[in-house]
Amino acid sequence: MLKKQIPLAITFITGVIIVITFFIPHPPFGRLQQDALTWYSVIFGFTMLLGVDSLVRFHYRKLRRREKGWWFSIIFYGGFLLSFITGVVSEVRFGDAFNINSSFMYFYNTILIPLQSTMFALLAFFIASASYRAFRARNIDATFLLVTAVIVMLGRVPVGYMLWHKLPNLTSWILNVLQLGPMRGIMIGIALGTVAMSLRLILGIERTYLS
Amino acid sequence: MNGENISFWEKLGKIDRRWIFLIIGLVVFIPIAFGLRMTVHVSPAVKSAYDTINRLPEGSVVMISIDYDAASMPELQPMLKAILRHCFDKNLKVILINFWPLGLPIGNQGLEEVAKEYGKVYGVDYMNLGYRPGDIAVMLRMGTEIRSVFYGDIKGTPLDSLPMMKNIHNYDDIAVVVGLEAGSMGDYWVQYVNARFKQDLILGVTAVMAAGVYPYLQAGQIKGLIGGLKGAAEYEKLVNHPAFGHIGMASQSWAHVAIILFIILGNIGYFMERRRKRGL
Repeated sequence: MLKKQIPLAITFITGVIIVITFFIPHPPFGRLQQDALTWYSVIFGFTMLLGVDSLVRFHYRKLRRREKGWWFSIIFYGGFLLSFITGVVSEVRFGDAFNINSSFMYFYNTILIPLQSTMFALLAFFIASASYRAFRARNIDATFLLVTAVIVMLGRVPVGYMLWHKLPNLTSWILNVLQLGPMRGIMIGIALGTVAMSLRLILGIERTYLS
Repeated sequence: MNGENISFWEKLGKIDRRWIFLIIGLVVFIPIAFGLRMTVHVSPAVKSAYDTINRLPEGSVVMISIDYDAASMPELQPMLKAILRHCFDKNLKVILINFWPLGLPIGNQGLEEVAKEYGKVYGVDYMNLGYRPGDIAVMLRMGTEIRSVFYGDIKGTPLDSLPMMKNIHNYDDIAVVVGLEAGSMGDYWVQYVNARFKQDLILGVTAVMAAGVYPYLQAGQIKGLIGGLKGAAEYEKLVNHPAFGHIGMASQSWAHVAIILFIILGNIGYFMERRRKRGL
């Protein structure tokens, strides 16, 4: 019984305090908020350690059981150890792992940046291929989407201005008028949904996080 | 095609994706390889961001938040450099802060590179707070006292030993916060720092995020918006220092044109096939 009631009580008390301190940031509530934020920062820091622990265990399990793609786990361990060792060595040697001459920064610049950039750059190819297949004027709705997409794609690059100097203005109008109304509605909807879910959590109606 | 006889026009709707990849690769690569540039026209959203910084008196403090990593670097790093050039040119003080741990070295590299160009001194004209976990908690606590979250700078030097930090304690001492965003931190800056502390904000975001940030601009919650590589190129033009943003714009322009042509070809193929199936 206590297994459920204690977490519910902690959620209720914390939630109510945070809401009060948001609207009354003066003593004693302001101080409470600062303390709560400090705890949050500390807990957040530990979640990163938890993430590392979870990742290391996951790949260890995969290696031990020789699961499909197990050799990717070796690459993970290689990357993890390389970052860890070079980070510590650079910190000791230069007093700062981010020193431009450090081995940590060498691997960061020559491995991590190109890998991350490549992964992101691949999107351009997939988007081009997906646009070619998906943007078909099958009905009136799809045609509107297609025409709008083409206008915005052209209006957001200099070649659009070269084709027709008013195209960037038309693009701005689409973004500021046609797009903004629905977008604002979606944002208000999300905010109301967040408030409702927060209230359900604080009042103990929503309890799925306990299981 | 199961022995079906399809016309040339119908084949246009079934182009092998490898051809699409090849053409996109070429239109992106050639402008970068040959340094082709295009004339960039400044949009009101970017002009507004520029004017906000341009109006600041000498010695004002600009905080730049690096909320991206290498994946968004091609879009956001040119923005960072252009904004830093603007700030240093106007003798504004710059504080860098990081909410993405993997963005920390990228931001630091950009800062050091541009500071060197302008002969700026660390701790006097600029500094880097580094990274702290906690996102919203860090933002809110900085509203009371930066030192309650950052005891030292990126190298661990106590903040009070840096001359420029002596009179900087919270958002009251910071003229503008510029958030360079590849994720949700921009929303937090608006919802917590602008709403609560009335802090002036400028957001620089990836192109794919720009549409979602326009409501903040129209509502006056942010003073300016720099969207994607185009935004970076526009800012480069405003600070009169064309760099990677301008080169990238040529690639992006021709890539967009290529995608539109593929969409047109796809639709021609689609309509021809539909016509044949209807027996027309």
